[in-house]
Order: sequence, then structure tokens, then C-alpha cells
Amino acid sequence: LSGVLQYSEHNIHLNFKQGLAMAREGEDPGMAKASKVKRQRKKKPKENKTRTVHANILYDNAKGEENPNRNYANNKIKTTKYTVLSFLPKNLFEQFHRFANVYFVFIALLNFVPVVNAFQPELALAPVVFILSVTAIKDLWEDYRRHRSDQEINHMDCLVYSRAERRYVERYWKEVRVGDFIRLRCNEILPADVLLLSSSDPDRLCHIETATLDGETNLKQRQVVRSFFDLDCDFDPLKYNGIIECEKPNNDLNRFRGYIIHQSGRRDALYKENLLLRGCTIRNTEEAVGIVIYAGHETKAMLNNNGPRYKRSKLERQMNVHVFWCVIILLVMCLFAAVGHGLWMFQYGDKRPVFDVLSPEGTDLSPIMSAIYLFLTMIIVFQVLIPISLFVSIEIVKICQVYFIHQDMDLYDEETDSHLQCRALNITEDLGQMQYIFSDKTGTLTENKMVFRRCTVAGVEYSHDANARRLAMYQEMDSEEEDCTSHSGTLPRRDSVTSHQSARVVLRSQSTKSHRRTGSRAEAKRASILSKHTAFSSPMEKDITPDPQLLDKVNECSSQMDFMRFHSQPMSQLPSDLADIIDFFIALTICNTVVVSSPNQPRQKVKLTSTKSIQSNLLRVNKGSSSSSLITNRSSNRGCSSLLSSPSAESTLTKLDEEQPPRGLEHSFGPVPPCYNGKAWNLEDGELRYEAESPDEAALVYAARAYKCSLVGRLPDQVTVELPHLGKLSFELLHTLGFDSTRKRMSVVVRHPLTDQITVYTKGADSAIMDLIKPPDTGKRQIKIVSRTQNYLNLYAADGLRTLCIAKKILSKEQYACWLQHHLQAETAIQGREELLFDSALRLETNLQLLGATGIEDRLQDGVPETIASLRMAGLQIWVLTGDKQETAVNIAYACKLLDPEEEILTLNADSQVRGRTAKAFHSNFAPFEIYPSSSPSSSSHTTPFTVLRLGLVIDGRTLAYALDKSLEDKFLAVARSCRSVLCCRSTPLQKSMVVKLVRNKLKVMTLAIGDGANDVSMIQVADVGVGISGQEGMQAVMASDFALPRFRYLQKLLLVHGHWCYSRLANMILYFFYKNAVTLIFWYQFYCGFSGSAMIDQWYLIFFNLMFSAFPQLITGTLDKDVSAETLQQLPQLYVNGQNSEEYKPYMFWMNMIDAFYQSLVCFFIPYFAYADSDVDLFTWGTPITTLALFTILVHLGIETKTWTWMNWLSIAFSTALFFTVALCYNASCPTCYTPSNPYWTMQRLLQDPLFYLLCVITPVAALLPRYTVVNLCLTEYKGQCGFRLVNKQVTLAYR
Amino acid sequence: MMASSYNAKEEDGHNSGASNNGGAGVVKSKKPDNTAFKQQRLPAWQPILTAGTVLPAFFVIGLIFIPIGIGLFVSSNNIKEFEIDYTGVDINNPCYNCAKNFSWNSTTPCVCSVPFTLEQPFESNVFMYYGLSNFYQNHRRYVKSRDDSQLNGDQSALKNPSKECEPYRTSEGQPIAPCGAIANSLFNDTLELYHIDSNGTRNTIPLVKKGIAWWTDKHVKFRNPGGNNNLTVAFQGTSKPVNWRKPVYELDPSDPENNGFINEDFIVWMRTAALPTFRKLYRIIQKKSSTTPTLPSGKYLLEITYNYPVLSFDGRKRMILSTISWMGGKNPFLGIAYITVGSICFFLGVVLLIIHHKYDTRNNSPDIPN
Repeated sequence: LSGVLQYSEHNIHLNFKQGLAMAREGEDPGMAKASKVKRQRKKKPKENKTRTVHANILYDNAKGEENPNRNYANNKIKTTKYTVLSFLPKNLFEQFHRFANVYFVFIALLNFVPVVNAFQPELALAPVVFILSVTAIKDLWEDYRRHRSDQEINHMDCLVYSRAERRYVERYWKEVRVGDFIRLRCNEILPADVLLLSSSDPDRLCHIETATLDGETNLKQRQVVRSFFDLDCDFDPLKYNGIIECEKPNNDLNRFRGYIIHQSGRRDALYKENLLLRGCTIRNTEEAVGIVIYAGHETKAMLNNNGPRYKRSKLERQMNVHVFWCVIILLVMCLFAAVGHGLWMFQYGDKRPVFDVLSPEGTDLSPIMSAIYLFLTMIIVFQVLIPISLFVSIEIVKICQVYFIHQDMDLYDEETDSHLQCRALNITEDLGQMQYIFSDKTGTLTENKMVFRRCTVAGVEYSHDANARRLAMYQEMDSEEEDCTSHSGTLPRRDSVTSHQSARVVLRSQSTKSHRRTGSRAEAKRASILSKHTAFSSPMEKDITPDPQLLDKVNECSSQMDFMRFHSQPMSQLPSDLADIIDFFIALTICNTVVVSSPNQPRQKVKLTSTKSIQSNLLRVNKGSSSSSLITNRSSNRGCSSLLSSPSAESTLTKLDEEQPPRGLEHSFGPVPPCYNGKAWNLEDGELRYEAESPDEAALVYAARAYKCSLVGRLPDQVTVELPHLGKLSFELLHTLGFDSTRKRMSVVVRHPLTDQITVYTKGADSAIMDLIKPPDTGKRQIKIVSRTQNYLNLYAADGLRTLCIAKKILSKEQYACWLQHHLQAETAIQGREELLFDSALRLETNLQLLGATGIEDRLQDGVPETIASLRMAGLQIWVLTGDKQETAVNIAYACKLLDPEEEILTLNADSQVRGRTAKAFHSNFAPFEIYPSSSPSSSSHTTPFTVLRLGLVIDGRTLAYALDKSLEDKFLAVARSCRSVLCCRSTPLQKSMVVKLVRNKLKVMTLAIGDGANDVSMIQVADVGVGISGQEGMQAVMASDFALPRFRYLQKLLLVHGHWCYSRLANMILYFFYKNAVTLIFWYQFYCGFSGSAMIDQWYLIFFNLMFSAFPQLITGTLDKDVSAETLQQLPQLYVNGQNSEEYKPYMFWMNMIDAFYQSLVCFFIPYFAYADSDVDLFTWGTPITTLALFTILVHLGIETKTWTWMNWLSIAFSTALFFTVALCYNASCPTCYTPSNPYWTMQRLLQDPLFYLLCVITPVAALLPRYTVVNLCLTEYKGQCGFRLVNKQVTLAYR
Repeated sequence: MMASSYNAKEEDGHNSGASNNGGAGVVKSKKPDNTAFKQQRLPAWQPILTAGTVLPAFFVIGLIFIPIGIGLFVSSNNIKEFEIDYTGVDINNPCYNCAKNFSWNSTTPCVCSVPFTLEQPFESNVFMYYGLSNFYQNHRRYVKSRDDSQLNGDQSALKNPSKECEPYRTSEGQPIAPCGAIANSLFNDTLELYHIDSNGTRNTIPLVKKGIAWWTDKHVKFRNPGGNNNLTVAFQGTSKPVNWRKPVYELDPSDPENNGFINEDFIVWMRTAALPTFRKLYRIIQKKSSTTPTLPSGKYLLEITYNYPVLSFDGRKRMILSTISWMGGKNPFLGIAYITVGSICFFLGVVLLIIHHKYDTRNNSPDIPN
């Protein structure tokens, strides 16, 4: 990822220079105002292409017609979907997009047709209205929440220039209009897209943090518009008279083009470097002034704001098929009834029986017409077969599931105070059905906290054992976590708004042990909370314990250099190994694009600092080592600061402090008496903060600082480095050749202040640097260094460290001049500039002298190997797709147990020189691999008959490009499938998503993609379930994801426990729903009422049965039921297979349930039928017991299906029963003449006095459920796991034995 | 959107939580509450079904159901019932002629007498039913064809019956009272029962026609319009149903409490039967003294005024005499059902017990594939 970022930054840089050049060209003085106006008029017809922005203050009095900006959207945002008036029609319109709703409304409306109607039309509307209104209320509530948050945002304050008052006045965000001048202060959030016109920064820069937009936490530099660059005094809006023409609002964050026309007629080009985007935060800049270009919904941030995504889960897709089957069953039943009715009519011939009522007009209906009408009637009568409440119930259950996942303590990360976020609400059950996991490596498996681990300089390895121990300490300290966090409550926390500031902390001196304790994980946690908005600055990354040997050498070297400088001796007299060391650290310090800032004074860049003064101001407080409370010092004379603590600063300074005294160097410092007034700090900038584009860079800079080679300032043309003894040295920065992924290295060209030589420092991947080393004939020592370094590099790579080589090259003045000429040509070239610059860089980076190499550790996140192991056991295929290089990736893969040493690794690497090769040529290359896995099991079976040979596949990006070719993808998949693990290195974001897409589409499996960075977004979006890690690299992956996790290891519980539960709950609930609705007693009745569509069940019961009486228990079970406990699911990951194979919801289960429902409906119908046969029972007195016993049967059925009984289950069943009887009794006592045709008056009351009623209610459920109960028990107690639905329980029972 | 709303919801929850715990300075943590409900650790009963818990259930059900079934069966068998079909399909049937020559228009009623013999005396109160077969009183359109407001004595509904009554809503411009197909097809046979002495004299058996309808029907649901004083006046301006021979206020001129809409025969008919073969209570023969049976064994004669045609739709008419028990009329089905289900349960219990014993030894070494 870092490569991508650096590369883009490189482009920015180039564009910027281009911009400057263009701006200079445009500096033609003196153009008449009239011509400007004329041009403007000319532009008018073209206005659909561009946007013209005038300053509002020029038109302050003309609010209406004359204001040229009046047509642009104002800054008021409205993300709500509805208004008070539009809510009802719009919401209904949206709801009718769902087919089911249309269907149910259609059925309800059918009731209004007199010939067809089965129920009272008003009553038939009730369920649909109920369901529509539930959804509407939910939507309304959501919309209200959006409205509230809109209000909040709209009423944020910002400073807008007012012409009347001639100063900046506070305004609400919503009052900001295009063309307003706004003043922004440090740490303020931008209210709109603003063109930067002035900055308090001496370099006319403004730093912004774009974390909310793209998630990148490093600071971005923005440049004041060129023509305002040279203003010495403050920008005065009244003097502004330009007109800005720019493009129409669009959603491209990385694009902004336009120009500003000054009154003088001068035109200056505008670039994206001039634009501050809404939502970003101003950092490190005290004040900036700009003019609003896009406001409100036209800002790029808002245009990029997409709503949540809706995915359809696998289970739901399956369910929809069965809903479709239900429709077919319904139609068949209706058709059957219609034909039956036709025949029944026909048998009477012309003699109409007295009970066959004529149509209202008194006309006779022919049997055929009658049958057609009846068909429609039956659709109404049988509508319950299509579970109307299923969709609503599923939604409710999913919301509950999401709620529970949110609430899970195990998925809460204290360190970042974040918990799992479900961003997609309707695919919770997909979590239980995953088959393939595609994981990013950096930041997902690893912490993406680059820690300098060890280095080799001039062929000598410095193992940094103490550093290794320190790193180990962080892990061990976990146990003491509780201890430390209990104290953390006393710490003043960072105010959420002023995130970048931290207060002075009085430091304490402490023993190494206690230092380590505070540097433990709890400390790291606190620190990371405090410095959330600054990337890569946890103490773990910053506190590098220097290798004593190397530190000595550095000191020795620099003191010698100091001595030599003092005596004006040439530096070349320095022993070459010492020179290499100092060069090595200088390279580490300056060969990067790190921006230096100070946490205490974010408004100013650090210009003048010295380690000496830092150290002289170290405040030492003697305290017991057990106490971890910090004394904080309030600084009262700082505007921007507040009561905050910065343990990270503390620990680093303590470190410096600690190291110094025993060294006995001339700059050692005695204890300074405690100072509480904070005055000393005013002069100081406290600790320096490094804003790096990639964590690697920051790690190296911090590492160098541990050796007292600190980067203290960076200007566009100068880097200031603080060296021990030598003090501050300024390197003239001649060129920066930024990192790109093809060169895999970056270089800086500087003029060395001591030697005055032009020196190139290059830093890059070992493979890239080693080829460029000066041919070894230059000296024996060099050869030795190279070979030794190579050895150590291999060693580092085997340790899973990220390696970087550092090299330098000294250019003679002539060489440099020669190169510079070419380079300038390249820079100014019009065509093919990119390539020319690339070539130019290549020319420079040759014949390098190797200085050394570094090993940076990207530590695995906690519990990654365990998580991978258990996910593996759960039957999940894990593929790692990384942009990292192969060696590192393989090593990390070994470290996280993805690859096993026992496995045979297939490595697919296309030759780097075969770029032009066709896929066909590759095909032949690939063929052996294809055969290999298929043949190997047979060959290995001779020796080890019982162990299946396990394969791991490693493929790099270039090879992947071939493998993803249409003609080869099947073969690639075949190979990959036979491998236990697949590792794709050096893959681009697009390749990642292509791999996911390929596997998903070709293998028809459920895929999960997990990643943390912007390069994973496409993969996350393609997968069935996308998981984002809300970690170091900001929010972009999270924004694209369906679920956002704080840590990789939470994936285990999310999938194995919640996924399993969600899936099994929902699957069982859906099956149950189908069953419940399929108990269509009325169908059987048609045989006894001449297929007339008559119902013995009161229409009220019929309509509210599913909606009310039997709704709650299944919702409770669907939400709370646990087939297996969380502990067991985690202990036995193989239980996850249940969901992968969709064992809870197989098609046959649907049909089994249908058959069961068929049987149960037979029982529920015919037992009362025979019990009341040839009696004087009336229609509804007979139907009411049937309703009652059907309810009992359904509830008991649910009871059999329920695996865990909490008080809520009992309560819900009791409630359902009570509700039914209460409603029935009230309903039957309420109105003697209403509710035609059932006239239920006093029916239930009479039934309750009838012993027959109770007898029926006992025997029918028993008879109906006997088969299911028996089968369930057979499966459970005797049958060995072949009844899928009880397999899990069986295994668990066995597991506990 | 929903996800974000959940975030907010939790934050709300935590606001309160945080303010309970700490002071104002405590930054609210998003940490979820550790409650049993939220962590899904509610105490739960997890019935792990084993042979030990399952088998007793089968046996218990069996042991409870079988005695109940036997009890029901016995009490059903104790009920005496006598049924006689008087439709007149068969040429030998006394009512054959009446059935053949039926026409709705005939003014002179056709009377036929069916003799029968009771082999056993009926000891307790005897309920006299008329039974109809193949009569679909539960037909969808038929069931709806009534106006409950009219039957409840509502004046406006009387004059302007509900549309549901169509096409039996108005007749010759006048509203029909009672309207609708149900009322129109009122069963209008008259049954009379005579006991034939050993010497051949016919003794009229007193048939009680009160108390055959539901109390709530008679007193709440059905009411005559405008009080019960003068029904002729009350029903002024209405027309009798087309199939009726006399208007509703002449249903029982002898007893004003049983006339008009509150005529019990009418009420019983209006309670539409559930199934196409049904019976409706017609009269009650009350036991006179404890010593003599209500209906002693012997010869009887059923005299029918044959008004009601059923042959056109292949229907049957029966007269049923039955005593009742606590569980209603004679119906052995429920008893048999209980016995059957109970036996099946018992049987399954035994089978499962055997299977369980057979597999139990194997279960100790489970071979679950991992």
C-alpha cells in the first residue's frame, strides 16, 4: 500500500510543478477589465461545462437576482429521503418496489371485487396495512435520525467574512454560500470545498487530514493559489477581485481543474492542490483563508457519499426459490379448487340447489365462470400460504441479530474503543456460510505497525537484542493490562475535538522495568487512543532500543566528525566503516518524505530545535515505580492546548533521558528539578512528530532518532537533521525521486553540508538495490559487504521482516551537472514525460555503494495463527492476497500458520523478462504445475498412505496476471483448489478483486474478503461478504465493507459463533415459517363446502393468526435460539461446516416441512371433522376449535424445534396463547350483530364450557406432532448424524462426554 | 443507514451507563454492557433429548391417553340414538309420493307418516333432530347471505336490508324480512311423533320447542323489530321470503315469545351448519318422571308435513332421536382416536426403547467424523 501512496504523491508532486510552470506562463500583465467582462459573457453559453464563482462580498447587498452565485447549491445538507408531505407517497412508492408487497396489496384489493371477495375488504387490508406501516415507521425513524444529524452538521460554526462588519463572523455551516470567504483555524473541519487563498504557514502551505474522506491518516499538503503566494501581509478579502472558473461539481476527489481570472486579466491555473475538501481537518496550520467553490451537496465529499449497500444473502436467495414454489403450490391448490367447484356446479345441472346462491343480479352463473371467479377467491383464501409476515419477521430478526453482534463484548476492542460494526444489515446469516476467505496481509493479519527490528551496516549485523526483548515485552504485558488500565481512568483523556493537541506531561524517571511496564500494552492502548489521528505513532513503534554497539559507533563516528570539522580536516579521513554508519543513518533520516510536526504546536513546522534543548527540559519526577498515575501540568498560556496527556511523548523522552546518563558523554544531563509552570515548554516544541506516508518510513526515521540522528525539519529544498555532537545539519535537498512500484526504490539527491559533496541516498527493496550496486571489482571490502548483507537479508526475510536496502552514491559536480541537464529536460518535456523521468531516475540510481539494510517487523496481530487455524478447521479456505513481495509474504504466511513447513509449496513465478510472452507460452509453463498436484497424491500414497499430501500455492502478481487470463483461469483454479493454502503476492488491487470474482463465480462458493486498506476496497466490494479492519489505514476499507472489525482475530467469533447462530436461527425460522403457513386447513374444507371458497375459520383469526397469534414465539426463537453454545462453537470449529453445506436449510428440508405441514393439516382438520361429524355444530363453532388446536400444534412444533429455552421463550409462548384467548373472548363478546358472516358472538365462551373442545385440543397436537417428534428423537438418540438438522446437537453431546 | 443508527443507539445507552459509573469527565466508552441478555447468556434450559428423557414422554402419553379413550368410548356407546330417513327416494318409503309431487307452489301440504320401532327405551331426555345430507349450508355465498342487523331488530335494516342478502333482498319492491338465502331456504317440514300403544292408539308425544337455540342467540342476537307487541305491525311494509308460505310473524302464532325473528326453529336454522351432512335440534322430549323412560321401547309413528324439497340436489332428510352425555351426542370417534394415539405412543416408546438398548453400547464409542 505504501507504494501506491508514494506513487500517487509522486504524481501530485509532478502535477504541482507543472502547475507552477503554467502559472508562471500566465503572468501576462495588464489586461483590460472590459475584455474580462467580455470573455465572461462569451463564457455564458458554455456554463453547462464550467462553474464560475465570484466573491460574494462584491454582491453583498444584492442577495437575489444579481448574485452570480445564486444558482449554486448552498451549504445546507439534507440527507433525508422524505419531507413531511412527501413521506407517505414516497415511502409507499418505495415499499411497492418489493414484489411481495405488491402481491399482498393486489390480494387485498381483490377483496373489493364483489364476485370474488372472500373476506371483509377492510379487514383484508389490515395485514398489508400493518406491514406497510411497520416498515414505514422504521423508515420514518431512520429518516428522523438522519434529519437530526443533518441539523447538527448544518449548525456547526465557521468563520465567514462579512462585508458589513469587515471581519470574519461566526456563521452556521448551512449559511455558507458559494463565493464566501471563510477563515479556518487549526483542527477545524472544512464546511465546504474551499479554494485555498491564504495560509499562515510561511511556505503558503496548508496541511489537511483526509481521514474522513479516504481514510489516509497522513497529512496532505495543500498549496495556496499561485497568485496569492507572494502576498506578504494577511489576505484581505476586500481586495480580492478574481473570478474563478472551474469544473462542475463531480465526485472525483483527486481532480480539480480551473483557473482564476484576476482583475488585471491574469489567469492562474488551479489544481487539486489548491482545493481543501469538505470534511477534512486543518492540521499544522494556524489559519487559512479560502473561498467556497462547492457547497453542500455539490462538495466532493457529499458526492462521494453513497448509502449503504443492500445485498441479498444466500439463504434469502434460497428462500425466494421456495417462496416461488409456494406460489406454485398456491396456484395448483387454487386451480384444483376451481376445477372442483366447476364440477360441483356442473353436477347439479340446471336445477340450482337452494344453497347455491345466485349472483346479486339474480342471474345464473355458468359453472365455468363460477370456477374462474372461485380461482380468484381461492387466491385470497389461501393467501397465508405465501408468508406475508415472513419478510417482515426476517427483517426484525436480522435487526436483532445485528444488535446482538454489536453488543458482543468479545468483539469489542478496548485499545481503539471500537466494536464490530455491521454495515450491511441483511447478510448476517451469510457469515455462517462462508467457504473462502480472502485476506489482505498488511494491516489485516499484521498490525501494520512497522517496528524497526534490526539492521546491518557495512556488512556488520546489529541484532538489537534489547529491541527484540522490548517488542516481546509488549506481548507479555498483556497480562498486566487490567492492572494498568485500572489507572488509566485517572488520566485526563483527550478531548475529541482537539485531537491533535496534547498537554504537557511531567515526566517521571523510573527504572527500566517500570518504564517497560508503562510501555506495555495498556500504555500502548492509551497512547493509541490519544493519538488516534496521527498515524504510526504508538510508543511501540517509536521507542526503539538502540543496539549499544552501534550506538557507540555512531557516537564515536560523530564525535570524530565533530572533531574533524572543528579542525577543518577533510571528512574522507574518517574510517570507511564509521563513515558508512553515519551515512546509513543520514540516509535513514533524509531519504523519505516524512513531514515533521510538533504535537504541541501544530500550527508551526519545527524550524529550530536542538536535542540539547529538548533534553535540558526533560522534567524528571521521582516516583515509586508501582505508581502509574501521571502528574499533568496545565499550561495556561497556550491558546490551542488543553488538559491532555501524551504518554507517547512521555515515554520517548524518558527513553532519551534514560539512555544518556550512563554514556557519560559530554551532553549528558543531570536531573533537572521538577518544573510545573510549563514555561520551559513554551520555548520548546516538546516531541517531534513524524507524519509519514507509509509506516515503514516512519519506523526508519524513528529508528534513526534512537541513534540521535533525528529529522527535525523538512522544507521543500532543505532537510534539517540533528546529529549527536554535530548538532543541526542542513542538507540542501536537490531532488527527490519518489517511490514508485516499478523502481521499488526512492532516492534523494542532497548536498552534504560537511563534505559539500553531492550525494544520492537510495532506499529500496533489496531486489531493486542489489542489482544496482557498483560492480564488485571496485574493492574487496565492497564485495564482502554486499555478500554479507545479502546473507543478512536472507536471514531477515526468513524471520519475516520487511527488508530495505540503503545505498548511497557520490556524484561529482560534472556528473551531477550532466544528469541534471537530462533530468531538467525530462521534467520539462511535453510528451512522454513520465517515461523520461523514469529513465532519468534509472540513470541516477546506478553504481550505488551499499551501506546496509534494515529489517522492519510488521508484527502479526494477536491471535492470528490461532484464528487461521480454527478457521481452517472450520473448513474455510484461506487465501492471502497481498501487495507485498514474495519472500515477506511467504514468511508471514509461515508465521501465521497459513503455510505449514510440512506442506509442499508450489511457487508460480513468471520470468520477469517475459513481459511480452503470450499467454500461450505461459500455458506450457504452467502445464507441469497443473499435472503435478493431480499426480502427487497417488505417488505419495505409496509412502504415506494415510496422510494426504498438502500443498501450498504461492503465486506472484505477474504470474497471476497470466493465470487470470480467460484461457487459464480454470486451470489456475484447479491447481489452487487442490492446494491447502494460496498466497498471492505482489498483486494489485484489481487483481485481488479479480481473484475473488473468479473464485466466487467459477466455484460458486461463498466468499469473504477481509482487508484494511484502500487497496482492498475492490476486493471487499466483490466478495459476498466484505469485512474491513478498522485499523491503521483509516476508513476506506471500512466504508466499503459489510462488517467492520477492529481486529482480525474477531473474525473467528464473528464467523464461527455469530455466523453459525445467525445462519441456523434464520434458516430454522424460515423453514418454520414455510411450515406454519403451509398448514392450510381451509383447503381440506373445500371438499366439504362444494369448493366454494368457504372458510370455517373466522376471517379475523385467519388474518391475524400469522400476524399476531403465532408471530412472537418464532421471533424470539429466531433471535435467541442457540443450537450450540458459543464456547463449543469456538472449541469445535468443524461445526461451522453445518452452515457451509447449508445443512440447516436444504431444499429437501423445505419439502419435508411441506409434507409435514400437509400431514399436520390433515390431522388438524380431520380429527375435529370426525369428532363433529353429523352433529349440530355450526360453521364457526366448529372452526374455532380448529383454529385453537392449530395454534397449539404450531406452538408445540416450535417447541420441538427450539433448542434453548430461556424465560423469553416461555413467556412468548404463554403470551401467544393468552393473546389468542383474550382476543377471541373479547372478540366474541363484543358485538352480537357485527363481523358477518361468522357472527362469533359467545362462541368461544360456549366452547370453553365444552369438554369436547379440551379433548380435541389435547389429542390433535399430539397426533399431529408425533411423527416429527419421533423422527427428531430417532435422529438424536440413535441415528448417527444423518438427519442433518440434529447433527450439531449430536456432536455437541458427544463432545461433552 | 441502519448500522449507523445502531451505533447511535448504543451510544445513547452508554451515555446513561457512563454517567452512572463515573463523573462528567469520563469519556463515554462504546464498550457493550456485560449483561446476560446482551451477551446472549440468558439462563436457558437446553433439553438435550436423550433416551432417558424421551422415552418416558411416550409412555406417559400412552398411559394417559388410553384410559381417556376408553372412557370416551364407553360414554359414547351409552348414548342411545335412533335415526330414520324420510326423504322418500325409495318407492317403498311412505314419503315417496310427497317427494315426487313436490312443488313450492302447492297450497295443500303433503303429509306422510313413517312408522318405526324403538328396540330399547330412551331413559333420559331425548333430543329430536332433523338431519340433512348433501345440503351445503356452508357454501361461501350462502353463509354470507343474511343481515344480522335486520335479525337483531334494527328498523333501518328491516326496511333496507344489507346488500349481502342479494338476490333475496327485495321482493316486488318490498324488502324481504328476513332477507337472504339462509332465511329463504328455512327448513319447513313439520315433524310430529306418536307413540303407538300395544292396542294401536296414537299418543302424541309432547315435543318442547323452547330451549333448542343458543340462549345468546335467542336473547341477544335475534330480536323482533319494534318490540314484540304487534309483529304484524312491526313487519308492515316487508315481504316474506320467496320460498316461504307464511310471513315471519306467523311462524308460531301461538306463542309471541317464539314468533318472528326469535322463533327458535328459525334461529337454529340461521346458525349455518359446518358440514354438508348435519343435524339440527328440532324438539326436546323431556323426561316426565324418574320411573318411566322418556321413550319406552315400542312402536312409534313419525308424521311429517313434507314441505322441504331435497331430491333436486340429491339431499336426504332424516329424523334423529338421541340422548346426550357430557360430551355431546353419540360419536365413538374421539374415544377411538385417543385409544389409537395412546397405543401408538406406547408402541413407539417400546420400539425406541429396544433401539436404544441396541445402540446404547455403540454410543459409547462415537464415530463422528471430524
